[in-house]
Amino acid sequence: MKIISIDGDEAVAQVEGVKRTVQLNLIDNIGVGDYVLVHAGFAIEKMDATAAQESIKLRKDYGISTL
Amino acid sequence: MKAEIQKIVDEIHTECGEEPIRLMEVCGTHTMAIHRYGLRSMLPSNLQLVSGPGCPVCVTPIHFIDAVLQLATRDDTVICTFGDLIRVPGSSASLESEKMNGHQVRVVYSPVDALRMAIRDKHLHYIFIGVGFETTAPAVAAVIEMARENKVTNFSVACAHKTMPEALKRLAADRQIQIQGLICPGHVSAIIGIQAYEWLAKHHNIACVVSGFDPGDILVSVLMLCRQIKRNECVAGIQYDRVVKAIGNTKALALMHRVFEPCDSEWRGLGMIPASGLAIKSGFRRFDALYRFPVKVKKSPTPSGCICGDILKGIKTPLQCGLFAKECRPDSPIGACMVSSEGTCAAFFKYQVVKSCA
Ligand code: SF4
Repeated sequence: MKIISIDGDEAVAQVEGVKRTVQLNLIDNIGVGDYVLVHAGFAIEKMDATAAQESIKLRKDYGISTL
Repeated sequence: MKAEIQKIVDEIHTECGEEPIRLMEVCGTHTMAIHRYGLRSMLPSNLQLVSGPGCPVCVTPIHFIDAVLQLATRDDTVICTFGDLIRVPGSSASLESEKMNGHQVRVVYSPVDALRMAIRDKHLHYIFIGVGFETTAPAVAAVIEMARENKVTNFSVACAHKTMPEALKRLAADRQIQIQGLICPGHVSAIIGIQAYEWLAKHHNIACVVSGFDPGDILVSVLMLCRQIKRNECVAGIQYDRVVKAIGNTKALALMHRVFEPCDSEWRGLGMIPASGLAIKSGFRRFDALYRFPVKVKKSPTPSGCICGDILKGIKTPLQCGLFAKECRPDSPIGACMVSSEGTCAAFFKYQVVKSCA
């Protein structure tokens, strides 16, 4: 998911137009525009942006939700 | 994309020789992806992919489900759980059936949601069911810390978290299983890194590669494993390097270790494994649901005829279970491997039985 705004330990992240609140307690140095791997409402790791976009596209091609 | 996939498949055919090779995908999400993309049919016939114990709901023992069901029947509690657990049969009921009986059971997306509900509604005690591996445990640890910081008194966690490394060591030492390579879980490894796999490669000569979840990821990981096996040089590789670092997520690990400590833990199928579970540390005891609301449960036997145990060890496939697709189906599951959407029996049902009937 792509981070679109940050407020303390909480961020709003988005994928396929769907926005979700994401906790940032488990990672450091995250900024707006970064891609993160989200599990159980927490960002657990930062993702390489190009690879993240490719993966999202591929999943779309296969009709798999990326949420 | 198709041409790239074909190229990887061709290379796998060249590299894997003619000797039988058994690879285990540890993670339930990999099991689903392998079925969904039909990857097995692309691989050489001497290369076998078997599923492992990486579906958290599937390895959770029935007596823990029974304990949760007792918590659910209290008038002063609300059970909050991830969706996958709600239909898991205990020895005589499930959370879903208790909900239909009027007890308070809510499905949440994150443990934070359960804490927020507790903060909003002080009259009831909210219990989050902590099931999952190292991917989930740090999030639950973070929520327990948040509850302590905010002095929340009506929130606790029924904890059955498990950790992968000791279970993988048990599998590696089991002569019945005989795997040469592991497709290691991508998300768990984002937290724990590759140290445990280095140990397995060194002491058990098992090839290890941490894999992503796209079809290309899994095939490249299979290719990397075949190369290691061919050269007889087993190491811990990372294919999923766009996410996973060799040292893992040290911040998440530190948080997990602040709140939890290792404990012996029973795995469905694998039995009791020392130091393979997480217990809430005594300093956080007031957030331990099973400490606050002690329950007594009897050990319950595996449902008769269910071979989930052997399936979780990769020794048998669902097709060898007499109940599969007959008495045991996703809408009337008998064992946990059929209940969880990531369970091997559910994956076989969805992608083999349903497909072949379509
Ligand atoms: S098909 Fe059902 S009964 Fe058979 S092993 Fe799987 S979950 Fe158990």
